[in-house]
Amino acid sequence: MLLTILTILLPFGALLAGWQFDGKSDDNPGGASLAPGLALDLQGGTQIILKAVTSDGSEITPEAMEEAIGVIRQRVDANGVTEAEIASQGADQIVVEIPGEVDDETVALISQAAQMKFRPVLTIGNPLPTVQPSADPSASGDEADEKASDEKAGDDAAAGGDAAADKPTKKEIAEQEKAIEAATDPSDLAQITPSVQAAFDALDCTDPKNLEGGGGDRPDLLLVTCDATGAAKYILGPVEVDGTAISKASSGLKSGANGTITNEWAVQLELDGDGTDQFRETTSRLNTLESPRNQFAITLDGLVISAPSLSPGVVITDGRPEISGSFTQDSAATLANQLNFGSLPLTFEVQGQNQVSATLGTEQLQRGLFAGLIGLALVVVYSLFQYRTLGMLTVASLVVAAAMTYVVIALLSWGIGYRLSLPGVAGLIVAIGFTADSFIVYFERIRDELRDGRSLRLAVQRGWTRARRTIYAAKAVNLLSAVILYFMTVGGVRGFAFTLGLTTIIDVMVVIWFTHPVMELLAKVPFFRDGHKASGLSPDRIEVTPRYRGAGRISAPTAGAEGAPDLGTAEQDRELVTAQSVTPSPRIGEDGRRMTIAERRAAERKAAAEAAQNEENI
Amino acid sequence: MARGFAQWGNDLYTGRRSYPIVQKRGLWFSIVALFSAASVLVLVFQGLNLGIDFRGGSEFTVSGASTTDEDVALDAVATVAPDEEPHISQVGANAVRVQVSELDNEQTDRVAEALADAYGVEVGEVTSNFIGPTWGQSVSMRALWGTVVFVVAAALFMAVYFRAWRMSVAAIVAMLADVLVSAGVYAVIGWEVTPSTIIGFLTILGFSLYDKMVVFDKVRENTATVTEQTRSTYAERANLAVNQTLVRSINTSVVALLPVAGILFVGGFLLGAGTLKDISLSLFIGIAAGALSSLFFATPLDVALREREPKIAEHTKKVMDLRAGLAAEGADESVLAAAASGSAQLVPGHHQGHTAQPRRRR
Repeated sequence: MLLTILTILLPFGALLAGWQFDGKSDDNPGGASLAPGLALDLQGGTQIILKAVTSDGSEITPEAMEEAIGVIRQRVDANGVTEAEIASQGADQIVVEIPGEVDDETVALISQAAQMKFRPVLTIGNPLPTVQPSADPSASGDEADEKASDEKAGDDAAAGGDAAADKPTKKEIAEQEKAIEAATDPSDLAQITPSVQAAFDALDCTDPKNLEGGGGDRPDLLLVTCDATGAAKYILGPVEVDGTAISKASSGLKSGANGTITNEWAVQLELDGDGTDQFRETTSRLNTLESPRNQFAITLDGLVISAPSLSPGVVITDGRPEISGSFTQDSAATLANQLNFGSLPLTFEVQGQNQVSATLGTEQLQRGLFAGLIGLALVVVYSLFQYRTLGMLTVASLVVAAAMTYVVIALLSWGIGYRLSLPGVAGLIVAIGFTADSFIVYFERIRDELRDGRSLRLAVQRGWTRARRTIYAAKAVNLLSAVILYFMTVGGVRGFAFTLGLTTIIDVMVVIWFTHPVMELLAKVPFFRDGHKASGLSPDRIEVTPRYRGAGRISAPTAGAEGAPDLGTAEQDRELVTAQSVTPSPRIGEDGRRMTIAERRAAERKAAAEAAQNEENI
Repeated sequence: MARGFAQWGNDLYTGRRSYPIVQKRGLWFSIVALFSAASVLVLVFQGLNLGIDFRGGSEFTVSGASTTDEDVALDAVATVAPDEEPHISQVGANAVRVQVSELDNEQTDRVAEALADAYGVEVGEVTSNFIGPTWGQSVSMRALWGTVVFVVAAALFMAVYFRAWRMSVAAIVAMLADVLVSAGVYAVIGWEVTPSTIIGFLTILGFSLYDKMVVFDKVRENTATVTEQTRSTYAERANLAVNQTLVRSINTSVVALLPVAGILFVGGFLLGAGTLKDISLSLFIGIAAGALSSLFFATPLDVALREREPKIAEHTKKVMDLRAGLAAEGADESVLAAAASGSAQLVPGHHQGHTAQPRRRR
């Protein structure tokens, strides 16, 4: 019993604790709140549905989708939007849900393909800006990537070291193009124009805003950017090998010179034909250069994910480079994954863009809750009408179930980011019917047992064992449908299946841990035990057949004095031959005790003698 | 009235009052067949009114409009895209939804501006959606596959639980008939089919199967030992089960329908188009159909199927022969009545405890 109470109270405690110690606020959007999180249709915002398309018709793997979601998440957050929901839907769709309004540029940015490129490293620097941000806007910031993220960063720009970053002027681009043209090879330091150097100096890689990536960097220009972890900043030369040239990347233990397996993790790459040639050219040039120019950087969405250096004197001719270094098993796998994604010519098509107004959703929610309350009130009235005071137990159980559902949803929106949507609300309202049915099945079983003449205590006991089986079996089917639909479907259907499964589980919990124990307690209360007229278990409502209890006694309904079960007056459509009806009515002696057979015979003889005497007298 | 209802419940339980539901199964089968055929005809010839999620297109919602006159929107759309035939519906108290076929970005902006002008609201109050035609379809295809898997799994579960595959088949067939009839009624009323409607139909599936599970569990209970006696046949026991669960079924259906009726009323008549309206109509029809078919279609179908089972068929024949034999022998009227009362509830005796033993007289 104690355990039961604890189990029911546990979620409440957890939610309160979460609310106290990890409260939801503007700084902590993932925190707990007493109100459940609302989905886009109730909160308002923009939903973008993207479909992944491969240009070469190859299969889209789940890993690639996961990687793509990671890239899109980085891009959305680059726009300073928090709480964006990004989820894959089906094999090839990604749904991005962003609260608030979204402009066309963001959509374009989101739907861009992730761009992986190999660029030669020209300079590596400390992540902090080497000069204070210059007051002259045109003096710094000259590459497309910075432009993209800075524009979105908008008013927060003052915080970053790249405050002054602005669109590179045409003049600067032209200047750069000229410098690149004049350079002997892509590793030539002469390509670094003063404006590039200024941008590099001003760049602050400890500012998270500069670590969000964005893509859209021009492959033929230099790139000033950060390491994806913010550990360093780079000036990179023009693109030498495109990411799509990677045909396969895998991670594994490095094999040593004579084919033995060493203990070192490495990432192995395989390049396609063109890639092999380009890579051979690059490596043959780089290995003659001094550090850091003997490194090439792998950029994903404009950020450097890895900048391996070439071992001295190595020219990779077979298109199968291997990157080794201080990898762990995980980091090697991650890099291989990222490289694989870059090698996928995956682009996204916008399939649908939905602007959801919060006012409309709120109106629907309010009306929906209003409708639910009306429905609930009607259910209460009907239960009271049908089950009298016992109906209160139905109502109480529904209230407990509702409270638990609410708390669990609030907990889930804190824990796994569940959002309540309008179909979810509708599902909850419909669940009232399913939940109440468990109580109805249970009560009807108890009544059936009472009709068989059992005492209430026994009827509750037996009714429960029989009702339990039915409830379990029926709820199992419900749960089965919820689980299968949850795992097989997408979108709104999934949310609905979740609600259905949740309410089914809570329903069973409430019946076992609340309704049944309370019913057992009620069975001891005289009001119910003796079948008061308003208890819903009164004998005039439930026809209790007299039950032979042995030793000549019959358990007749206690309230039999008034409102008798009147077996006689109830129109008997046909003579029943049942176990009860064949029970012989025992003869009761004058002292109210059942007579023995001998006594009965004696009485019969006496009566016969008296009758004979009467006849004689006449 | 409550008194009468309770008395009615008592009579149903003891079998004093009994409706020949299983016995009249021919009638129910023909009614279901009629409705199913009508639904198929309606679905084939009229078809469902597919919503924008299935057709694809652009949708505009004007919130806080001064008027909800549809002509205003027609004119506004015509100024930008004269060939369009917009669907216009009122949403809520003062919002209008306009659906057109797919527009390009520039047209979308211009239609939004035109609508904002026409209804006298800020451009920000006009929200626009664009939905690809495959979106709703791909969602429903997955839902359909999920449903197929679920139905197969549920059928297996029921076959194992009841230890009778015929029972499982009866439940599944009855459930499919429910969904078919609900879809037919939905098509006749002609409201739009949206993803919410699909969710509604999935709920019907769940509810219908759930309800059949409860009724069949009573049938299982009543017929578990049917072959061990010769008083009543399988059909009679099943009929008793249906009669005994009648009160439960009525109570459950009323309780399940009341909240849905609430949503339907609020969603359908006060709010206009929207998720609530789409979901509640399909639910209302489906729950009513599901509850009715558990009693009048699923159980008779189960009886019809199981009477083909050799063991049951043999038993039924034996009981009937015994009864005929009794009548032929000209048995006492009470014996015949006893034999014919196979539909009555029998409560087996059990040990009453030592206090029930006769006591020695002193």
